Amino acid sequence: MNADWEAVIGLEIHVQLATQSKIFSAAANQFGAPPNSLACPVDLGLPGVLPVLNEAAVRMAVKFGLAIGAEVCERSGFDRKNYFYPDLPKGYQISQLAAPIVGPGRLEVPLDDGAAIDVRIVRAHLEEDAGKSIHDAYAGQTGVDLNRAGTPLLEVVSAPDLHTPEQASACFRQLHSLVRYLGICDGDLSQGSMRCDANVSVRPQGQEALGERTEIKNINSFRFVEKAIRFEIDRQTDRLEAGLPVLRETRLYDAAKDETRPMRGKEFSDDYRYFPDPDLLPVVIDEAFIEAVRTELPELPGARRRRFREEFGLSDYDASWLTREPEVADYFEAATGADGSDAKRIANWVMGELTAKLHRGGLSIDASPVTAGALGRLTARINDQTLSSKTAKIVFDTLWAGAADVDEIIKAQGLRQMQDSAELTALIKDIVAGHPQQAEQFRAGRDKLLGFFVGRVMKATGGKANPRRVNELLKEALGKQE
Amino acid sequence: MGSTSCQGWSNRPMTLFSSLRQLADALGRGDCTSLELTAAALDRARRLDEALNCFITLDEERAMAAAKAADRRLQGGSAGPLTGIPLAHKDLFCIEGWLTTCASKMLATFTAPYTATAIARLQSAGSVTLGKLNMDEFAMGSSTETSHFGPTANPWALQRTPGGSSGGSAACVAAGITAAATGTDTGGSIRQPASFCGVTGLKPTYGRVSRYGMIAFASSLDQGGVFARDVEDAALLLSVMAGFDPRDSTSSTHRDPWLESVPESGVGRLASGSLTIGLADEFFSEINEGEQRIDEARRALEALGIRCRGVSLPHIRAAMPAYYVIAGAEASTNLSRYDGVRFGHRCEQPASLTDLYERSRSEGFGAEVKRRILTGTYALSAGYFDAYYLKAQKIRRLVAGDFAAAFGEVDLLLAPTTPGTAFRRGQLTDNPTAMYQQDVCTIPVNLAGLPSISLPCGPHEGLPVGVQLIARHFDERRLLQAGAAFQQATNWHEARPPLEGAP
Amino acid sequence: MACGADMDADDIDIDHLARLAALRLAGDERLAVERDLRRIIALVDEMQAVDTQGVDPLAHPLDATQRLRADEATERVDRERYQAGAPEARDGLYLVPRVVE
Repeated sequence: MNADWEAVIGLEIHVQLATQSKIFSAAANQFGAPPNSLACPVDLGLPGVLPVLNEAAVRMAVKFGLAIGAEVCERSGFDRKNYFYPDLPKGYQISQLAAPIVGPGRLEVPLDDGAAIDVRIVRAHLEEDAGKSIHDAYAGQTGVDLNRAGTPLLEVVSAPDLHTPEQASACFRQLHSLVRYLGICDGDLSQGSMRCDANVSVRPQGQEALGERTEIKNINSFRFVEKAIRFEIDRQTDRLEAGLPVLRETRLYDAAKDETRPMRGKEFSDDYRYFPDPDLLPVVIDEAFIEAVRTELPELPGARRRRFREEFGLSDYDASWLTREPEVADYFEAATGADGSDAKRIANWVMGELTAKLHRGGLSIDASPVTAGALGRLTARINDQTLSSKTAKIVFDTLWAGAADVDEIIKAQGLRQMQDSAELTALIKDIVAGHPQQAEQFRAGRDKLLGFFVGRVMKATGGKANPRRVNELLKEALGKQE
Repeated sequence: MGSTSCQGWSNRPMTLFSSLRQLADALGRGDCTSLELTAAALDRARRLDEALNCFITLDEERAMAAAKAADRRLQGGSAGPLTGIPLAHKDLFCIEGWLTTCASKMLATFTAPYTATAIARLQSAGSVTLGKLNMDEFAMGSSTETSHFGPTANPWALQRTPGGSSGGSAACVAAGITAAATGTDTGGSIRQPASFCGVTGLKPTYGRVSRYGMIAFASSLDQGGVFARDVEDAALLLSVMAGFDPRDSTSSTHRDPWLESVPESGVGRLASGSLTIGLADEFFSEINEGEQRIDEARRALEALGIRCRGVSLPHIRAAMPAYYVIAGAEASTNLSRYDGVRFGHRCEQPASLTDLYERSRSEGFGAEVKRRILTGTYALSAGYFDAYYLKAQKIRRLVAGDFAAAFGEVDLLLAPTTPGTAFRRGQLTDNPTAMYQQDVCTIPVNLAGLPSISLPCGPHEGLPVGVQLIARHFDERRLLQAGAAFQQATNWHEARPPLEGAP
Repeated sequence: MACGADMDADDIDIDHLARLAALRLAGDERLAVERDLRRIIALVDEMQAVDTQGVDPLAHPLDATQRLRADEATERVDRERYQAGAPEARDGLYLVPRVVE
């Protein structure tokens, strides 16, 4: 983006709450069932049915409010938002306009460079999700599946405090992390469990007034949030520089083409005729309810990040990375419990080899064949020099393949590093003696040949020699000590 | 009728004017069976309905099957308070497997897949569902003329309307087809037709009777209730229908031991000496016909030892306009679900989604429903919300406040139910706002959510006149005790329409 | 723009209202509905004369609060029955004319 312009970005993030049943009906809240097999009369908007509010949805919203330090509104209410669309069975969505359940709060968003920004959360309100339209299955017709209709949503609205695509993506990621910690959302973006709308505008640097904004709807990955916003900022900047106005409109991000384009067809009314839903009464939340929810709050990602940094001496980046997903942080912390384990090494293993393998296997960390305890012991054996990085990898792979005990693997496969100097010294002496020509060249200054000798030694020891020790002894034996 | 023999039923339709309690006694003693009672009611319904058109659906097969089951229960000694008694229900109560039309083309072929809570309670108390009753389309109207299935006639004068919107229910009970029927009251839709047809009509406190399965017109005003021969029967039915329903967020958890005791002990005696009834000029100034009857009703109550005094309800005049805004607003969005997608009428060959919506709805809804939807849309639309919807809700608070103040001084209010007696069919159809004036005395009660009953109080020029009693929230006890005392002292509720010559 | 007691039923945009309400009104029906709506709004405007300064709106007749339902998935869905009366359904989906997004 051009340095003459500043982007202003606000996010509206829809969080599907992980309740058993829907927000206003007792039908199951599940993904992936056959079409309309989870749509009960209330979800279908049949004549005569009425909504009854799910206690768990309220509890989860309150939990979120407490986690962002927001005021939980003692009295909130539900309104009807009126428009016609096939996936909206009643012709209105039950939402909260006038009195949302969660008032203003704030979210600390860590950035990749280790810094963090504070993003104001304007409000969070409860509402019902709509169904799904299936456009491609039938010629000239759209199919409507109302299984998703009535899924509880918490819509989190940020202030326009974000200025780069990276910040916006980090904010989405941090909210994702928070709702996962709170256990109020499964966080599965591929199933639409969290969807992000971004309001984007651009203004000349230093200008107070906001430019005309567009809204990009329904972005469902961290990467796409970044790309969609980047595209939109560039598009708006180009228009403004060309002297063209930015039109206030709703746009969709097309990941295949990496572009945003105006939404067509879905003719959203400009007049939703919000008014209090007469089928629902004011929601009153008392202090006792709030306090009960407060006791359920876990350690939140920010606090855990700071603790990891201090307690384990991790970098900002590592602490952020490891605390993003609660299961990863739990795993890491469990691994550090093993005797003699090394937190920094554990961090490297988790962020490197383990994550790569889990990713390839399509596994979550909870399903990791390498248990946290085993990984912790593995790092202990590296620390006490029983294992080299090479043999550690062999142990790790064996653990991955299903073995459980690090020390048994070491024993069974004879992976203990050769630490005994006498044995190693004798071996090295033999090898140097066996390659006089190379030894001569080394002494003459061909330093690279040290690698040749290390290779011979490692081959002869089956990789069990401690490389650092081998280096020292070789230099000694070759008579070129510094 | 205790001595009436079984075989006499179908030949002696007058016996169908027996009360629910009399029918229950006769069934309990084995003087007659539910099959006989039900067959007689079906027979009378078929004979009279050509003239009255009070039924949208009559289902002989189901009714007779239910009657058979009821007879088994009666023989087995496991009868409930209504076992074997045929009832008919306003066609906006969903009953599983029954056509439930709301008298609209929109739902002309809609079969409900579930049963409304209020009806389920009446059915588990043993009642036999005879059929579904005609009404104004989506309960919008005061004459039962906006029904897609044609108008219902008033049994007292066939060329006149039975009132509305629950006109089919009022006509059914007045004509002696069933001893009682259900109805709903949003702005007077039970009390006004009860008044026009000379029967007892009870609109309970908002929240008493579950709205689940009762197709919504205006959610904050709608309340299910009953038409019956007398107050005792109305109380009996209410005791069965009422009660907290977890499927209705607006259903009240208020428990009322008195109401629960009604099936055993009846409504009980009124402590009339300590009772004060208020009369507000604001209501009486609306009367065009039958003022003398209302006055006599007041005197009859005074004769029982009840004191009467004047009260003021200064904002009542604004209730009617406020009501049409609130009811319209709620209706306009309650009726958005009729979009031709999942159930109900769909236009032929829709060219696009918008075409599907607009044609299905324009074809499926009648003129009055469209007027109400558009009025509500106007009141909620951008730029008008404050001046209409919000203004109306403020007036609603003032009206509720008027009642609260009055009930600080008196126990019940007495008012005319309607400005006049039953009008002729077609008399007001071209003038919607004149039609709206019909409910001027009943509407304020709905805005405040109060319980109210319309009692027959004698004829005016051959047509029934009704008097309305209104009570505090959940004070059905005083309301019904006073009503029962009035009916012990008078016999207007026993008057029968001259239907003997009907085909 | 509407404000206070000077409301005038002349500013009714019947076509806009019909569009919001997804109703199609044309010809004589449109004229009749517009005429009736003007009369209704004129009647309703009688309430503009009432002083409501400082009065809170009342949305519900009882001073009750929302009850919360325990989070249990107890509802059994009988799709065949619910779709029996659907104007058009296939493979469990409700069908409508093609919508473009």
